[in-house]
Amino acid sequence: MMTSATTLHEDHGHHGPAKGLMRWVLTTNHKDIGTLYLWFAFTMLLIGGSMALIIRLELFQPGMQLIEPEFFNQMTTMHGLVMVFGAIMPAFVGMANWLVPMMVGAPDMALPRMNNLSFWILPFAFGMLILTLFSEAGAPNFGWTFYAPLSTTYAPSSVTYFIFGVHLMGISSIMGAINIIATILNLRAPGMTLMKMPLFVWTWLITAYLLIAVMPVLAGVVTMMLMDIHFGTSFFNAAGGGDPVLFQHVFWFFGHPEVYIMILPAFGIVSQIIPTFARKPLFGYSSMVYATASIAFLSFIVWAHHMFTVGLPLATELFFMYATMLIAIPTGVKVFNWVSTMFNGSMTFETPMLFAVAFVILFTIGGFSGLMLAIAPADFQYHDTYFVVAHFHYVLVPGALFAIIAGVYYWIPKWCGRYYNETLGKWHFWLSFVGVNVTFFPMHFVGLAGMPRRIPDYALQFADFNAVASIGAFIFGLSQILFLYIVIDAIRNGKKATDEVWEGTEGLEWTLPSPAPYHSFSEPPEVK
Amino acid sequence: MLSRTGLRLSSAITALLVSQSTYADWELNMPQGVTQVSQSIYDLHMLILWICVWIGVLVFGVMFYSMYKHRKSKGAKASKFHESLTLELLWTAIPTLILILMAIPATTTLVKMYDSSDAQIDIKITGYQWKWEYDYLGEDVRFFSNLATSKDEIYNKQDKGENYLLEVDREMVIPTGVKVRFLITSSDVIHSWWVPEFAVKKDAVPGYVNESWVNVPVGKEGIYRGQCAELCGVDHGFMPVVVRALSQENYQAWLDDQRAAKVAEAAAAMGDFSYDELMTTGAEVYAGRCAGCHGQSGEGMGTIFPALKGSAIAVGDVDAHIDVVLNGVPGTAMQAFAAQLSDVELAAVITYERNAWDNNTGDTVTPINIIDARK
Amino acid sequence: MSSRPSVAKTAVKHVTIAILMFGFGFAMIPLYDVFCEVTGLNGKVQAAVVKTAMEIDRSRSIKVQLVASNNAEMPWRFSPLQNEIALHPGDWKQVGFWVSNVTDQDMVSQSVPSITPARAARYVKKSECFCFEQQTLASGESKVMNLVFTISPDLPEDIRTVTMVYTLFDATDFATSQVVATSD
Repeated sequence: MMTSATTLHEDHGHHGPAKGLMRWVLTTNHKDIGTLYLWFAFTMLLIGGSMALIIRLELFQPGMQLIEPEFFNQMTTMHGLVMVFGAIMPAFVGMANWLVPMMVGAPDMALPRMNNLSFWILPFAFGMLILTLFSEAGAPNFGWTFYAPLSTTYAPSSVTYFIFGVHLMGISSIMGAINIIATILNLRAPGMTLMKMPLFVWTWLITAYLLIAVMPVLAGVVTMMLMDIHFGTSFFNAAGGGDPVLFQHVFWFFGHPEVYIMILPAFGIVSQIIPTFARKPLFGYSSMVYATASIAFLSFIVWAHHMFTVGLPLATELFFMYATMLIAIPTGVKVFNWVSTMFNGSMTFETPMLFAVAFVILFTIGGFSGLMLAIAPADFQYHDTYFVVAHFHYVLVPGALFAIIAGVYYWIPKWCGRYYNETLGKWHFWLSFVGVNVTFFPMHFVGLAGMPRRIPDYALQFADFNAVASIGAFIFGLSQILFLYIVIDAIRNGKKATDEVWEGTEGLEWTLPSPAPYHSFSEPPEVK
Repeated sequence: MLSRTGLRLSSAITALLVSQSTYADWELNMPQGVTQVSQSIYDLHMLILWICVWIGVLVFGVMFYSMYKHRKSKGAKASKFHESLTLELLWTAIPTLILILMAIPATTTLVKMYDSSDAQIDIKITGYQWKWEYDYLGEDVRFFSNLATSKDEIYNKQDKGENYLLEVDREMVIPTGVKVRFLITSSDVIHSWWVPEFAVKKDAVPGYVNESWVNVPVGKEGIYRGQCAELCGVDHGFMPVVVRALSQENYQAWLDDQRAAKVAEAAAAMGDFSYDELMTTGAEVYAGRCAGCHGQSGEGMGTIFPALKGSAIAVGDVDAHIDVVLNGVPGTAMQAFAAQLSDVELAAVITYERNAWDNNTGDTVTPINIIDARK
Repeated sequence: MSSRPSVAKTAVKHVTIAILMFGFGFAMIPLYDVFCEVTGLNGKVQAAVVKTAMEIDRSRSIKVQLVASNNAEMPWRFSPLQNEIALHPGDWKQVGFWVSNVTDQDMVSQSVPSITPARAARYVKKSECFCFEQQTLASGESKVMNLVFTISPDLPEDIRTVTMVYTLFDATDFATSQVVATSD
């Protein structure tokens, strides 16, 4: 796959890239590293997606047909870990690598060698994690939220590799985040004030701060697990004076900001795309920035809404319920701003715009179910059911993933100098759109009707909607193969792109030639 | 498959038209449940759902309108406006008001749910991998509740029954018209005890006791089913909750029966048992409680669950064998069955293990041996 | 664009933030303990108090339920001597839990207390409790473990029942004394 990506830069400028495999191993170029991140993320998407299809195949009908419950648990766990840490997060980092320097008028990322390292850690981390599937003890089977004591006292021996893997990807993310912060704070072109930065840069700046704030906490919690398992401490073991509920507090203190790490850059991407295709400036730029910042702030004081049924005192439940409900306000502001941007525009619906519009609609549906989940009394019914599964998949698949796909379609002409095939792009969109809704919408129903999540087999009344969801999953999963084809086809045979790419695009990246030269903005541009 | 789903769809629509209450498939919504609390939660759920739907209709309405009207292909010219403080303030203030309106009923409902005072019956619920134990505090009634669905049904060798995966060997029994408090805890990992019709879901955490309560109104006697809701290991999907609500007289009668059965069992344990009787009972107990890990013919499973056929324990010292079954083996997957099985069942299953599958020790373990070992 | 030194500065500053946040993860443990103590979260009563005479509120009687529970790997027999007592707030009571090590090994146990309703936890005062330290029993040994406690007269009027649950864990691996190691 990497070799096909080399053709991305056939048209490079005077300082060309080195040839062969070593170019990719040793590269410190932000565009190369961005490409590596994106291909890595896509590979992980296919691996994690295959796991999802195994899960959906087993759940197609009641009864155990294909796999054993033990392997089913390994699949749900690995699917979550691979998608969250391997697909969505690296895809956003890849986007940031490609775009942030071009958008702020910097020649490269601020710390190019560290950039290389933060990428190359990832294949090892995930290689190790995935190889545990083939070990005798099996892969981690305690869910991606790895609640103690299931993940400590009762864990398979592969938990140690899991912990090591989480440490590696945590270090990678922290390094990536620091790099992005340094690039934005230190390398902006003259005249590029903070409030002139494109929204994608803003959302990534805030995301990067979330990353350096919470990835170390995740590292801390897995370190505590490691010590409990191997060094006889008892952070989470009641027998030695520890507390399993404490695990959940520390985990979700990381976990909730983590959720926003996976959605804020998506907000950024959509805020770039909608104005372009509405041919109208983004409505409420500054309120978008403030809304993003308030969402990030609120994400630190809502973690216990994942723990409403764990037995918290009444006052604590009320506090976390109110705080969580507040998130609806800045999120609403964003949606209203996008709609206002479209209003009275002059719209066309190329593939990136289709995905962006679908993002606005489907993410909002995910937001609505999020608001319902915030209501603590009702959460006693929703918690740990398929309603929750439907909610976070709506936010992460037609949310984060659609935004990433939209971004790829939007910027790929700038990256490769060639357009993708618009007809195929539209096919990809409609198949994905139908597939995603057929998969995840029925999950709301089975969840409300009482189907718990993470079960390999279910009672008969859930059978019909599960069959529907499984069919949808295959439509959605297979249509991503079409995406792969479209991208490769664009790189190889696409129509030459203009420098502007889309009509009336604004922003520094569009002032560069298409494809963007290997070294861009060696001389900082002037920003008015 | 598609055609079958299609058939199901059409039959579901017909069924919905004919009788809405009897058809359980294609269930779309949260159950209203049978208690006051579950009804208030349902109302809250519907209230917020409708608020969301209306906001959605409004926002998406505007969006679809402009997607239709303001298209370049229709000759729309883009206006240049990109700011309006009034609008921004408006769509911050209105949602805030709506949220406050939602928070009020949510708070009252939550306060009601947390008021477990003045319960007349306390039942301690303990989650185990992968079953529930119900202990009626002060009543001397205590038992385990295991999944009753057979492996053959799960592995599609036999037709699935109506309550597939939602049936147990012994149900929890509660009276109607009385506030029953649940004290929920766990013995190993975190579980979650959930009955949707009661809107009771509470995590069972080792070392903690959480409380919850239910008051099933008189007239709502019946069977209510639920499941463990927190991932608790390999058989997380196979530990259902079944509660039978009885009228108060019937509940008292049930309690008396339980106590009488216990006395009868103790008396029976002192009686004589033939080898054949023990082997028959033992085979049943083994199939239900041991075969899951140790295999149908004592062949074991993987490295965690040792074979019993020809094992040092099963053909070795009888007392050591009894000790392992009664008290478990700390630090391994072997549980203590002392509290889970009766003296007769224990004697029978140990006898069975010592004689089945060519173990042929010829030993007969009687309930009296077990009573002695318990001392 | 002579921003190299400031890049280094930015990087160092943010690495420091990351390291501090790693520390914060661990600092959440004592913070959580403080939080629990203040709110009585999940009925964890922390330290022993000195037994002092309080004004006894004879106007009401609190039903105190005593419950014993075993963690899965703990084969000891464990039960309260009385299932339930009545107590006037402020009146000190002594109750016992019978415990017996039926295994053929010497073992160490740790009891973990939990009180419901959680709101009541901060009003429960213990001057003596077997849960304050690990309990060691030789193989076959039995004993009665004591708990001396009262409930403060400040207990809110609407709480009429307090349930005190003790869960017995096998703490042999976490033994603070050497008793087990030497006797094996």
